[in-house]
Amino acid sequence: MSFRETILQNVRNNQPSYRELPAIPKFHSEQLLDLKEKFVEELKELSGEVVTEPPIDFEKFLRNRFPDAKAICSTVPEYAGNRKPEDITRWSDASSIDVTIVRSPLGVAETGSVLFSEEEFRVNTIGVFAHDIVILLDPAEIVENIHDAYGHPHFRDKAYSLLMSGPSGSADIAGTTVHPAQGVTTLTVIFWPMAAATKV
Amino acid sequence: MSTVDQAKNAAAFIDDKTHERHLDQLLWMLRTKRDDAARRVPEWEQLRDLASKIKEHTLSNLAHYLEMFESRAKANGVTVHWAQDAHEHNQIVYQILSDRKADSLVKSKSMLTEECDTRRFLENRGIQVTETDLGERIQQLDDESPSHIVGPAWHKTTQDVANLFARVYGSDKNKADPVYLAHVMREHTRPLIEQAKAGMTGANFAVAETGAVVTVTNEGNADLSANAPALRICSVGLEKIIPTNEHLAVFIRLLTRSATGMAITQYTSHFRAPRQNGEMHIILVDNGRSSRLGMEKFWPSLKCIRCAACMNTCPVYRRSGGLSYGSTYMGPIGIIMMPTFDIRRYSELPFSSTLNGSCTNVCPVKINIHEQIYAWREVMEEKHQFKLVKKEAMIVAGKVLSHPRLYRMAADSMETSLKVLPRFALYNHFNAWGRHRDIPQPAKETFHDWYKKYRSQAAGQEVSR
Amino acid sequence: MQVALMIPCYVDLFYPEVGVATLELLEKLKVDVVYPFDQTCCAQPMANGGCYEEARATEELFIKNFSAFDHIVTPSGSCTLHLRNKFTAAPDSPERRKVSASVYDLVEFLHDVLRVREFPWAKFQHKVALHTSCSAIRGLGLASMSERVHDAKFSKPKNLLEQVPGIDFVDFERPDECCGFGGTFSATEEAVAAKMGYDKLEFIGKSGADYLVSSDMSCLMHLQGCAHRLGAPLKVLHIAQVLNGVAQ
Repeated sequence: MSFRETILQNVRNNQPSYRELPAIPKFHSEQLLDLKEKFVEELKELSGEVVTEPPIDFEKFLRNRFPDAKAICSTVPEYAGNRKPEDITRWSDASSIDVTIVRSPLGVAETGSVLFSEEEFRVNTIGVFAHDIVILLDPAEIVENIHDAYGHPHFRDKAYSLLMSGPSGSADIAGTTVHPAQGVTTLTVIFWPMAAATKV
Repeated sequence: MSTVDQAKNAAAFIDDKTHERHLDQLLWMLRTKRDDAARRVPEWEQLRDLASKIKEHTLSNLAHYLEMFESRAKANGVTVHWAQDAHEHNQIVYQILSDRKADSLVKSKSMLTEECDTRRFLENRGIQVTETDLGERIQQLDDESPSHIVGPAWHKTTQDVANLFARVYGSDKNKADPVYLAHVMREHTRPLIEQAKAGMTGANFAVAETGAVVTVTNEGNADLSANAPALRICSVGLEKIIPTNEHLAVFIRLLTRSATGMAITQYTSHFRAPRQNGEMHIILVDNGRSSRLGMEKFWPSLKCIRCAACMNTCPVYRRSGGLSYGSTYMGPIGIIMMPTFDIRRYSELPFSSTLNGSCTNVCPVKINIHEQIYAWREVMEEKHQFKLVKKEAMIVAGKVLSHPRLYRMAADSMETSLKVLPRFALYNHFNAWGRHRDIPQPAKETFHDWYKKYRSQAAGQEVSR
Repeated sequence: MQVALMIPCYVDLFYPEVGVATLELLEKLKVDVVYPFDQTCCAQPMANGGCYEEARATEELFIKNFSAFDHIVTPSGSCTLHLRNKFTAAPDSPERRKVSASVYDLVEFLHDVLRVREFPWAKFQHKVALHTSCSAIRGLGLASMSERVHDAKFSKPKNLLEQVPGIDFVDFERPDECCGFGGTFSATEEAVAAKMGYDKLEFIGKSGADYLVSSDMSCLMHLQGCAHRLGAPLKVLHIAQVLNGVAQ
């Protein structure tokens, strides 16, 4: 704290004359948008995948998609998995997870993003350090754009909130986009309505 | 430290045809992608306007927002530190680490930590520091500064990276394939992330209303650096503060589209409080920002959100390479920021511009970059930060051009001298124009001469002696 | 209408035919043209170098020569921009402000003031690559810029040239990327300036243009110099010459 007062005083002395804060519109599209369609289009741009119906046999779906996966960490009632976040004592151990299965409370059509926080992850690293991630998203929870997204209470209430938009990637080598970088290799969103019983 | 001779460095870069062409094409492609992304957002210009106004408002009220941010962050269980300069910042980081016996640190990309030269400071004190951003890691392994603030290693070809990894990691030098190379990096860096005792990030934004810091990455390495270890440090420049999440939305929509043409980065992460069983520190850093705030012509440079769209569009940057500027921030934004850090060292940067204005028109926060570049030139002149050759030429030009008769005499003698002297005498190192171009041929008669001959008598005009 | 004609210093010395074409064109359009004989320069080279003290006397001379006129016309976007927005080395005065408010680039003057829509004496049966300077585009707004993707595309120089029968416009890559002249930049950072010029010539070369036309002779001077050095001479013309009909 040693220089706090000096810094603040310098800032106060030097601040330019007051400028008004503008109002921010919501920028909703005037035309009727199919939010699901837009979400799929945008997520594909970012190399994510979308499955538009819940698989009839989720176990089979996972085995087909991730034949080599052994450690599957699930936080959703729709699938048991063989790992729980609570099994992880050191958060960096999440790197040993093959597939993380989580539900996101919000999707954003503009960017193909899904929202998470420590509430969904319980151990934050399971969302980023696992090899692959499968996300259940109720398509009714897809909002139009980023302005809408920031109205979600997670951003005010949670210690950690994340808008995840496609699998980890990098274009740092000569501008060529590659997947993955340090995070998940693939990201799959399944449009999966919340069961009436579990919906709060 | 001596003055950076950006022009000389640029000339050397241009001589390397492979690398110059590689960089120019790569960055122009990003400029094109930025245009495509902007086209898909009908309200693009409105967003730019809002972003500019939000930043201007915030900077005009910065003390208030800094205090708000600090109080919210503290209420969230975050420890907030204030650092007046780079050294103070580095000391605070080191203190936090050594107090907890954390001798290994992973970090995500932070231009602020480049500005403070934090990594070197820590390494000199026995802390192992691993950059987790792919581009930063490449540069760390090569012991070279970042050349671009979004893609630190974009000046390197894929082969360059393959050669580097072969040298450092023993990988296959003949596999100049970005997928393979990214995999090599991942394999080597993952264990370091898993083992690290502390993590460090910068912040793209800091939200006053919630006390949260925001990072924007494609790799997720900020999330890993922040969540994998229990101890986390976040360095934030004073100017990163914005009022609320509602305002944050505007910047998130502009930032990545401006930088690379993608709608958003893969990980847009908001850290409001320490993770469970974790500890979080935020260091608010001044390092000249509060002084810059008081500079009438230059404070709008503090609006910068570090998208580098200005660098991608700058025709000079693309042909000079980012390392030619010898500075933390390069290209157009670098030209207007760096003199505030060291006016002597960066006194020539304002002349590394054609003032074409493309930068100003891609800047998502509407910084009047090219106008500030122009304004810096006068400052450099006033402070005598001028190379002697230029100054003398200006004095002569000033005298000749303010006296009509002197001007017309000079016009006559130039024609003579240029006609008489053979080409080789003119293309020496004192005559810069002639190095790569042919000198224009002086006309047999100037417009003045022609007018005198064909028009002034006809119109019966007085010709002044 | 009476206008004062301002001839940029480098046009006076190296390309007087552009000044001649400008004058003749205005006369054809029944404009009463006065040429203040003691004019020298707008002081941009010094001001661009940050040398305001050295620019001051030249700007004062300019004011002395031109402040009596309501319209000052010059065949140069960069000089116009300097006089309109950056003419601040001489002390502020009503005369100085009048000069700034009264100066027009030739294209602006023809397009917006005289509203010329035909040039019946002109013909130009050639493929033309049109280059518009950064000063003209981003400074004066004579054409839309590629950075502002939602703006309607327009070009005042092109509107004028479209009235000259025979012109076949050819497109080229990166049409509004700076050519590299940048005034004093072309001497202080000549390697980059030349590379920018070479690159632009490469794009123009691919377009199959016979002529490169511009409303700024400074860009053309730079590009022509680069072209000659590359051993690929380029035919350039100022827009005044094409509109005046002297070039065939």
